[in-house]
Amino acid sequence: MADGRSVASSPLPSPLPLAWKREPISLPRDRGGGPGRGLLASRSHPIPTPRPPNPPQPRDSAMTYLAKPKLHHPSLAQNKVCYTRRDYEGRVSTLCAGCGHDSISAAIIQAAFEMDVEPHRVAKLSGIGCSSKTPDYFLGNSHGFNTVHGRMPSVLTGANLANRSLLYLGVSGDGDSASIGIGQFAHVMRRGVNMVYILENNGVYGLTKGQFSATADQGSKSKKGVVNSDSPIDTVSLALQMGATFVARGFSGDKKQLVPIIKAAIAHPGAAFIDVVSPCVAFNNHPGSTKSYDYVREHNEAVNRIDFIHTKQEIVVDYAEGQVIEVEQHDGTILLLRKLHRDYDPHNKIAAMNYITEHQAKGEVVTGLLYVDNNAKDLHEHLNTVAMPLNTLGAKELSPGRAALEKINQRLR
Amino acid sequence: MNAQLKTHQLQATNDFVVKFANVNGSGSASANELFAKAILRMGVPVSPRNIFPSNIQGLPTWYEIRVTEQGWLGRRGGVDLMVAMNPQTWNQDIKEIEPGGYLFYDNSRPMPASKFRSDITVIGMPLTEICNATYTDPRQRQLFKNIIYVGALSALMDIDPSVIEQLFSEQYKGKEKLLDSNVKALHLGRDYAKQHLGPIGLRVQRSNNVGDRIFVDGNSAAALGCVYGGATVCAWYPITPSSSLAEAFQSYCQKLRVDPETGKNRFAIVQAEDEIASVGMVVGAGWNGARAFTTTSGPGVSLMTEFLGLAYFAEIPITLINVQRGGPSTGMPTRTQQADILSCAYASHGDTKHILLFPEDPKECFDHAAAALDLADRLQTPIFVMTDLDIGMNQRLCAPFDWDDSREYDRGKVMTAEELEAGKDFGRYLDVDGDGIPYRTYPGTHPTKGGYFTRGTTRNAYAQYSEQGPDYLYNMKRLLQKLDTAKTLVPQPVLKAAAKPSRFGVLYFGSTSPAMDEALEALREMNLHIDAMRIRAYPFSQPIVDFINAHDQVFVVEQNRDAQLRGMLINELEFSPKQLPSILHYDGTPITARFITQAIAERMQKAGVG
Repeated sequence: MADGRSVASSPLPSPLPLAWKREPISLPRDRGGGPGRGLLASRSHPIPTPRPPNPPQPRDSAMTYLAKPKLHHPSLAQNKVCYTRRDYEGRVSTLCAGCGHDSISAAIIQAAFEMDVEPHRVAKLSGIGCSSKTPDYFLGNSHGFNTVHGRMPSVLTGANLANRSLLYLGVSGDGDSASIGIGQFAHVMRRGVNMVYILENNGVYGLTKGQFSATADQGSKSKKGVVNSDSPIDTVSLALQMGATFVARGFSGDKKQLVPIIKAAIAHPGAAFIDVVSPCVAFNNHPGSTKSYDYVREHNEAVNRIDFIHTKQEIVVDYAEGQVIEVEQHDGTILLLRKLHRDYDPHNKIAAMNYITEHQAKGEVVTGLLYVDNNAKDLHEHLNTVAMPLNTLGAKELSPGRAALEKINQRLR
Repeated sequence: MNAQLKTHQLQATNDFVVKFANVNGSGSASANELFAKAILRMGVPVSPRNIFPSNIQGLPTWYEIRVTEQGWLGRRGGVDLMVAMNPQTWNQDIKEIEPGGYLFYDNSRPMPASKFRSDITVIGMPLTEICNATYTDPRQRQLFKNIIYVGALSALMDIDPSVIEQLFSEQYKGKEKLLDSNVKALHLGRDYAKQHLGPIGLRVQRSNNVGDRIFVDGNSAAALGCVYGGATVCAWYPITPSSSLAEAFQSYCQKLRVDPETGKNRFAIVQAEDEIASVGMVVGAGWNGARAFTTTSGPGVSLMTEFLGLAYFAEIPITLINVQRGGPSTGMPTRTQQADILSCAYASHGDTKHILLFPEDPKECFDHAAAALDLADRLQTPIFVMTDLDIGMNQRLCAPFDWDDSREYDRGKVMTAEELEAGKDFGRYLDVDGDGIPYRTYPGTHPTKGGYFTRGTTRNAYAQYSEQGPDYLYNMKRLLQKLDTAKTLVPQPVLKAAAKPSRFGVLYFGSTSPAMDEALEALREMNLHIDAMRIRAYPFSQPIVDFINAHDQVFVVEQNRDAQLRGMLINELEFSPKQLPSILHYDGTPITARFITQAIAERMQKAGVG
């Protein structure tokens, strides 16, 4: 080797002792539990802790967003985890007044409140676009992540792999999911990532002022009078084809139907997809549009209206015998489906695909719970990962140790 | 039968180059590797290199073994013995043989004298004929042909057959039938050589120069570094030459990372649908507090750049291992280069600067991979480990892997629920310590405190959306401050000072290292003294600045066309281009000691030595 007068070599960086570094402590209010379950209030473990104090207010006066005042009326109703509905809100929406997306945010807030979800145990992820701005407008105490256009599914997948104990809420738009991100959309469904994926579908690019998205119907007109010549992508059919184990479609203007669908999706232990038709008041709510309020109301074909209840909770629904089927979820929760069509069976994937296609041909928008697999498995089950979130494992669990390394060295000689 | 075209014959013991020219898919790779390992087991260092085409099978492939008593691990250049098993490349292969060298070929079909060179010794052996007479199965005829030539060469070079038999017994443990048939083929070759072929001038003699070094490829080593460094999430997309890294990670994890009590995996590996998704998953996992990495090569980095900008600006720890290959575009996908330096350092749009680490060999692939995971968490930014095909896919002798069992992972500045509860001020992008690195919280930490919104758009120190110029400037300047901090944390350069003071210096990095070591020695023997510094990371730390300042001229040796590292040195450290002349090698083959020696010697002599 080249002999030198001296050879200076600095060691690789080693962990530095840091004053602020401490042993991890258990998470407050974290009840642990299996994937997708620790989030919901378990009836056997009521949460008696008082409502936590308000979060610190932002300090910078030069901000370009609107903070929502956090005033809690003492008489506001609390749920089982001691939160009021206001605790599920976020910042003031900066979307256009009347935007369907705001109605969806409101439905998410209501569903999370009614499901006794702890807001901070939710990770909300989105791509880019009007819809993807909405996670800022609900669950203000949870971590949010605005990723890049069309790529939210991969980020959500990675986040889910890192910590399986949180509830993953992916919010996306039709441009985000059906155009630039259709690849990731397809693959996140086939992997069975445990999540609620809400597609806020308005058939148009709102942020860039009204271009067609890939879900815009052929022959529909843009606000500027351009006729769309491309065939639309039906995300519900695509999700079914790709292996999503919970597939539903809602309408932002029908909160009664949408809230239970979201609740059922939260309880579903696998890839849950909800396409929500959500008219864009600025660019796609005109007579030539097939994603306008009027058009959807006129062409809405609801296959069922569902109520969501926890196991053993009293069933309070108004239904006639023979018109309801029960769908038991993995975690023991039960879906009640009010069948508007006697023959519609949400367990039959092929029939669901046929049904959707048939009604699409008639120009009808089929809404409701279209398909659910009671035996859904999620990505962690496929990968056989440990129950402990991977982000909690330390050197003790992860490093095989020096002795094992020496054996490897020995084999390499 | 042998076309012995008599000439001067090269004579060398434990110091020569053998090259095997084969057809891809003929099963020669394991036989050639066996040959290399046999020499290694005799205590003689070897340095092998796969030279292979970008196809599945049928095209030419080469395996070059440098036998080197002195332990030089770079390519030397030239071939002393060519084992020419591929008629397709015959002319090209013969040309490479050094004067006085040897040609070994299958003479089952006689060839005219015009197909040979007059200054080499030709050794013919009817390999096909022997195989056809011995085996009936066509695949066996092909596979054992390789073992038979290994046997013949072992006899010609005095390689101890018991060493090869031992290797067989390790390889075919529990598969006695395979063991026996391979041993039989080996001796078939040996016996023929002893009876029909004369001795040659290249010999292997037992030595003791291997020491406790291990023989491993860089991709396996980096994968093991990721296991020891605590990576739990790996998302990847197949691309040569990095695929074997992810596959090795999977294999090591299955052996070393399964919870013995539950049988469950302490790792998650996803083969993503493309490079964009693979880095997206790594970003998601890094954001959520898991150690995550992806492995790729140049074209993959191109696809990942939008996410890299997000990870840089939103300050998310991720690790990328870039096993570089020849570019641009598909370039030379199975050849080596160091040509992604710029595209990785400044990946994405806008102003970005990413940390790069440059391992020199498999040992450093292991060390740097583990260190990258620490650095990513500490600095909350993308870290690139910049290996290349030469290190990644070739087995190389290196120091054994080492690990300190008391080593804890540096998780960086993560604010806990306890600290938040105690009222510690949390501003996601607040530079509390003046090192440019803010605190972060993992999602789900605390019911009311520490939650924030991560986005690629500008925000203030409290992670609130902002389009205010001062907020933007605050973040961008702080990111530079973080880069300054990084300079103190990344692996520092290694100085190899000349025996005598010199006004010349040379900077190099990564896989150039073994060739440079040998070149420095050759220069010294020519009485040309030059100080050398091996750069191990970007951003460039102060010792590099001092080194350049201390010399009139500093050559920058790189394996790319555009002198990418030199450009960065000039731009970032504001040196005069004249002070940093380039020495560039970028034909896709690993740089050789001969090339470096010649280039430096010419320039030093031209500039007036001393």
